[in-house]
Amino acid sequence: MSGFPILSVMLAVPLVAALACLLSGAAAARTIALIATLIDLVLGAVLWAQYDIGGAQWQFQENVALFQGFAWKLGIDGIALMLIMLSVFLMPICILASQSIEKRVGEYMAAFLLMETLMIGVFAAQDLLLFYIFFEAGLIPMYLIIGIWGGAERIYASYKFFLYTLLGSVLMLIAMLWMINEAGTTDIPTLMAYDFPADAQKWLWLAFFASFAVKMPMWPVHTWLPDAHVQAPTAGSVILAGVLLKMGGYGFIRFSLPMFPQASADFAWLVFVLSMVAVVYTSLVALVQHDMKKLIAYSSVAHMAIVTVGLFAFNVQGLEGSMIVMLSHGLVSGALFLCVGVIYDRLHTREIDRYGGLSINMPKYALFFMLFTMASVGLPGTSGFVGEFLALTGIYKMSSWVALVAGSGIILGAGYMLYLYRRVAFGDQKNADAAAMPDLSAREWLMLAPIAAVVLWMGVYPESFLAPMRADIAALDARLAEARPEGDARLTPGNPAAAKAYEAQSHETAAHGGAH
Amino acid sequence: MDWLQSLRLAAPEILLSLSGLVILLASAWANGPRAARLATWLAVVVLAVAGAMTAPVLFAGAKGPETLAFSGLFAADAFAAAAKLLIYAAAGASLLVAPAFFERFRAMRAEYPVLVLFAVLGMSMMVSATNLLTLYIGLELNSLAAYVLAAFLKTDDRSAEAGLKYFVLGSLASGILLFGMSLTYGFTGTTDFAGIATAFKDGLPAGGAFALVFVLAGLAFKISAVPFHMWTPDVYEGAPTPVTTFFASAPKVAALGLTMIVSLKAFGTQAPAWQPIVIFAALASVYWGALGAIGQTNIKRLLAYSSINNVGFLLIGLATATPAGASAMLVYLAIYVAMTIGGFVAVLMLKDSEGNPVEAISDLAGLSRERKVLAASLAVVMFSLAGIPPLLGFWGKLVVFQSAVQAGMFPVAVLGVLGSVVGAFYYLKVVKVMYFDEPAGKALGKSDGVHQTILALCVLFLSPLGYLVVKCLTALADLAVAALLTAA
Repeated sequence: MSGFPILSVMLAVPLVAALACLLSGAAAARTIALIATLIDLVLGAVLWAQYDIGGAQWQFQENVALFQGFAWKLGIDGIALMLIMLSVFLMPICILASQSIEKRVGEYMAAFLLMETLMIGVFAAQDLLLFYIFFEAGLIPMYLIIGIWGGAERIYASYKFFLYTLLGSVLMLIAMLWMINEAGTTDIPTLMAYDFPADAQKWLWLAFFASFAVKMPMWPVHTWLPDAHVQAPTAGSVILAGVLLKMGGYGFIRFSLPMFPQASADFAWLVFVLSMVAVVYTSLVALVQHDMKKLIAYSSVAHMAIVTVGLFAFNVQGLEGSMIVMLSHGLVSGALFLCVGVIYDRLHTREIDRYGGLSINMPKYALFFMLFTMASVGLPGTSGFVGEFLALTGIYKMSSWVALVAGSGIILGAGYMLYLYRRVAFGDQKNADAAAMPDLSAREWLMLAPIAAVVLWMGVYPESFLAPMRADIAALDARLAEARPEGDARLTPGNPAAAKAYEAQSHETAAHGGAH
Repeated sequence: MDWLQSLRLAAPEILLSLSGLVILLASAWANGPRAARLATWLAVVVLAVAGAMTAPVLFAGAKGPETLAFSGLFAADAFAAAAKLLIYAAAGASLLVAPAFFERFRAMRAEYPVLVLFAVLGMSMMVSATNLLTLYIGLELNSLAAYVLAAFLKTDDRSAEAGLKYFVLGSLASGILLFGMSLTYGFTGTTDFAGIATAFKDGLPAGGAFALVFVLAGLAFKISAVPFHMWTPDVYEGAPTPVTTFFASAPKVAALGLTMIVSLKAFGTQAPAWQPIVIFAALASVYWGALGAIGQTNIKRLLAYSSINNVGFLLIGLATATPAGASAMLVYLAIYVAMTIGGFVAVLMLKDSEGNPVEAISDLAGLSRERKVLAASLAVVMFSLAGIPPLLGFWGKLVVFQSAVQAGMFPVAVLGVLGSVVGAFYYLKVVKVMYFDEPAGKALGKSDGVHQTILALCVLFLSPLGYLVVKCLTALADLAVAALLTAA
């Protein structure tokens, strides 16, 4: 690795641009924001290209000791790399999606750029307190984004978002302080290998769980999400669904599982029960929504529940699947919110009944919308399938009952998503104003096409995304091996005749080849 | 020789009292607003000089017997120096913001800087006290000056009411404190802190426990900790805003410093006896301050409840009875002073187009569109008070909770941190009114340059840039605490 502090630069670019946006007019702010996010996207691409798959676990490390054991310590592994890529990929799209914002553009762009800094910071931080600062600081810009540019109920939603997440996080802070006191370090990689006493692990796990479960969000602390999603402006929803929710999953995979493996195993049942309830309950709730954004918000809760069961499956498939579901959900739910935003900009309503037959007057839009609907359902060939399949395979090894209930989420998901699509895109053009809406503009093409491409890429060749994470997930799996609860699947490798025959044959060919 | 040494150690206090007297005399002849302004600037210079004389003591980490003056009645150690520097800075800021405010009411008189100087002198004595008598003289000198300051706007009913309330309740508190002190003397036969600590070394007699409770109750009045906080919102609201700025910053530092001295030095051998009391006061202050603030409509009252809330967090540091806790308290105090001064100076800057003060929270509606920078500064102060990272208020809470966790006080830490979420609610309310609501068109008036400068300094300190000085702040706090605990 060269000495170039690429992660710090990625943090600094949006921050500087945010200050510039505050001081400039509307048009300039849009341009600055777009350029800054594109620079970060390019830097992200460089980061991915330079990332040495199979190399050191932590790469691009930077470490400047500050005070009291508190350090500016950055570094990424494959998991963080993928989530950073997701953030920098979605940000320029969010800026493009914000063209319909008319009021206080400079402040709006500044808030978004600040969000980007903090999101990258969360995934890149290697110091516990630095992580917490990035994790919590995100509340301020998000509070302002929801509260200033949101819909009618924005103030209620912004309070709920802020206080719910703060409540979860402060408990985590106390747990972090205890850990620092116990282990004598704030270094995350060291803490990941530190064995905390078993009885303390339980409390620490619960404190971290309080924070991540709210952020994730898991049932029953998910109620801030539909409010915040519905009231946030389109780009705010994209960031919220696309990246902020992933912080909860990232927290589980970076902190709860490796730092407290025993407690994670002991509390796996809790996660399973909450997730099973979430899958069934929120899917059913989504089925009866009249508001498109609310429907997608509830579907997010259901998808995140599949992430949590996969994470606590304690095996490689579950962990890999959960990561892919997170990445895929980030793209797909973001894209779905963008799709809602496209028609919301035209008709200024999210009421499903006000639309209908859009495939007639907006065929290109209907095509994109269909692709993302299918990806959300988990159709093979899209990113959703890969993640859900892996996550469910993982959980099947652990508990077939959980797999059964979580799997029902796929069917219910197909139910509510297809029902939504039918009501919006098919049928009669019962509303004249909806029938008169023009198809996608060039800007909207630019927003949707890249996401569609990546969704298909991840669906057809997930290896690109799995490869950087493989070593890290294997390391995590090894760390969890000791605590792994016994699954009910009791899989035993079979001894199929065909395989034997194949082996024998390949040996023969090898022998022949040698003879020649 | 011994006298010379004593005078040298007490030089900042001597300077303060002489300058106070000189300015008082001079202002008897040179009256009028210009002279008053000059007197204010002079007082600021005096405070700066006194600060310059005190700073080396802190940086040198002075401690032990050579810091004792006047036969052990007065200590000029690093701890006293740390508290004094905060007091001088806070008092200087409250002096600087005053002329622009009082001149509007044609009430700027040279008595203001004189009274502030005498109050500061009293506070200087408080934090240097090593004896119950020094303590009481300092406390009363500060209080008497403060009562007059609260009623400084003679023509304003609310100011007069604040002065009276402060006087009556403050006298009651002084009485309680004096009663506790006399009990202490009765049971130990000494007024010297070290002597008290020795006398109580082997256990606290029942009467000693009474003494402790009364002394702590009297001090709780001064720091406005629950359940002795009820005067705070009324006095803060009624007193002229520069005076409120002063009340919320400097005397808080002095009284908390004094509480630390009394608890850790005089009753330092009996920590288990006072810890439950302090824990109760801390948690009750955190929650009462947070819950009481929710219904407030006046920003000064809201900040008064916020100061009660903050005292609660500070007392959590004291409740640990560890050096780490005391050091965390000092760091928090420094940050708290900046937050308080920033908050009240921002309130001072809220004026309608005719220059009248605006104090109703609802009048701040839409401030972010009319006064962008002011609204952003107030938002920084509010988020910082709420303890949201990356603002510096978070660091203060962090070190205090860290000390509580290190001392093994998990329930206290968890309850305290949950209280900070309750508190966040009303800080958010102010931000919501400023940023989310439609402009009310009230607070349009221009603000004074001095106010802008002080607010800018506070906000810069509270912004993430403040982390640059945290290292130095922590080192100084550790030096001060080492001095405090050596002398014990």
